[in-house]
Amino acid sequence: MFEPVNDLPMLKAEDLRVHFPVRSGVFLTQTGAVKAVDGVSLELGVGETLGLVGESGCGKSTLGKALVRLLEPTSGKIFFEGRDITHLKQGALRPLRRDFQMIFQDPAESLDARMSVRSLVEEPYRIHKMGNRVERKKWVDDLLDTVGLSAASAERYSFEFSGGQRQRIGIARALALKPKWLVCDEPVSALDVSVQSQILNLLVDLQKEFDLSYVFIAHDLSVVKHVSDRVAVMYLGKIVELATSESIYKHPKHAYTKALLSAVPVADPQVKREKILLEGDVPSPIDPPSGSAFGHRLRHRRYGETIGMDLALAEIEPGHWVAADPCCLEAEDWEEISARHSSPR
Amino acid sequence: MSVANLLEVDRLITSFDTERGILRAVDQVSFNVPIGKTVGIVGESGCGKSVTAMSIVRLLPQPTGKILGGEIRFKGEDLIHASDKRMQRIRGGEIGVIFQEPMSALNPVHRIGRQVAEVFRIHKKMSKKDAWDASTEMLGLLRIPAPEKRMMDYPQHLSGGMRQRVVIALALACRPDLVIADEPTTALDVTVQAQILDLLGSLQSEMGMSLILITHDLGVIAETCDEVVVMYAGRVVESAPVDELFGNPLHAYTQALLRSIPTLETVPKSVLPTIPGTVAGLAEYSHGCRFCQRLGRNSPATRERPKFKEVEPGHWLEICKECSNL
Repeated sequence: MFEPVNDLPMLKAEDLRVHFPVRSGVFLTQTGAVKAVDGVSLELGVGETLGLVGESGCGKSTLGKALVRLLEPTSGKIFFEGRDITHLKQGALRPLRRDFQMIFQDPAESLDARMSVRSLVEEPYRIHKMGNRVERKKWVDDLLDTVGLSAASAERYSFEFSGGQRQRIGIARALALKPKWLVCDEPVSALDVSVQSQILNLLVDLQKEFDLSYVFIAHDLSVVKHVSDRVAVMYLGKIVELATSESIYKHPKHAYTKALLSAVPVADPQVKREKILLEGDVPSPIDPPSGSAFGHRLRHRRYGETIGMDLALAEIEPGHWVAADPCCLEAEDWEEISARHSSPR
Repeated sequence: MSVANLLEVDRLITSFDTERGILRAVDQVSFNVPIGKTVGIVGESGCGKSVTAMSIVRLLPQPTGKILGGEIRFKGEDLIHASDKRMQRIRGGEIGVIFQEPMSALNPVHRIGRQVAEVFRIHKKMSKKDAWDASTEMLGLLRIPAPEKRMMDYPQHLSGGMRQRVVIALALACRPDLVIADEPTTALDVTVQAQILDLLGSLQSEMGMSLILITHDLGVIAETCDEVVVMYAGRVVESAPVDELFGNPLHAYTQALLRSIPTLETVPKSVLPTIPGTVAGLAEYSHGCRFCQRLGRNSPATRERPKFKEVEPGHWLEICKECSNL
């Protein structure tokens, strides 16, 4: 089970919400909100990887961006090494920005095609006014070596590289300021399998070498399982299950996690598994069901009970958290959870 | 020719005219599609799997794409030399194509109903009313809820999964003998992917059609295909029945590909086996074994073009001293 390496988590989010206003009418009055992230609490330990999985539109990327303060949270709090950074202004945030960085999905789009690799990787130092020209040159050379690019590639341009090498440039940029934690948003989903494994190995190596913490966002569950210590499963803006990666893959408790896992195709024709086929798609986050969102998709008979119910995460086993939702749990698990709470559910 | 094969592709060569000369994206590719079976073509991006498929229905980018050689026989008919008019009848009629990106395969300014009905109007010469009814039935067959209502929607009103169902409806409308699906689920979530693959499988057995499934996902191949064709840098390096390919892969590239994918069973944070190097650009393709080229092997033996041979019944392999493990 996961134990925090240190008393203070690297990163902590409390009841984080990111709502995007929906405006309509002549005066563009706010008529609703897209609840992209709707009450997420999590912790990230030093040197830990927390995987975030879920279908597209579940809010995992929005959550990642809010954590690195690229999006303004609507409510809730973000703590970095115990310090509340939720509402720090740009000026106060800038020195802290060195400590957390982001790796994007498509390196081709996040790298300026008119800049050489050297100036791309050097840019963070220039922005933070670090070092002189000679020092910066040495740092860039070292960084390129760390991510497995030849020194000669520094004078070339990003479009001359393949997808995997471009992702290495993106990683070099993110590592330039020696961050403590990174949000990796689908870092390998644009890559071919043989290149994907190279980048995953690199990320794991870098983590060991620099004691980095990752929030690793991906839709590929096998990839997330491979790199993560703990995994959070998101559905419609909320975390529905959170546990160590072994525990979540071996003993998933939430019906959505089970469905998601059963849908992953297995590269072995001898394995014939029963798939849990879900009907329909993720409901709209503009007008989410008032009760259990996944219970609604399942058209569960107990859905009615969940309206107005507190569906917060409950610890079903040490370190294994799951939404206390009668629609999505096995009867025995539900009984165990509801019995533990003295307050009538 | 064998009667059991619906489609036979024999030493197909497809090239593109570029500034750097005529480049062969597909270099003597051979495989067969038996009646009622699913053949998966797997490989990394740029290996020529989509170009192979588009050569079959002659939908190559014009004027640069050309079929330079080889044979494509569909129900015994030579498709390379078929007239354009005949190809128009075949596409959408006898061979259906499912494209990867459903949004670009559908026209955003026309209602779903009109786009599906068009297939019936053109290929079956149906009246407007009949075509409309047939389209509604088709959408229902693809388990699209409330098909009458969806007929009136525009593509952008539907979710990714529903859109892909409409694209499949277009491809299956005339109950083709062969369906070519180019990465049909790559843009979709795993849960929706499972729905779509399940649906394709059941429609296939219902209609008795053959399917060519192009994908880079070995998991999808393992779960849906009867035969597998592994392509690397414009050539087939290995092809075999699915159990044989996964159980007894003989080419170093196939083996490396199978090893490099993380599965739900791999030890977290363990070092994944990788394939060194990257695929050479089309202009730099060597004449010899191209996987040796990637690995930087350059002996006289690897400079010669490896022969493609049947090493066991149904198991074909590119014979390279370094890469084939016989």
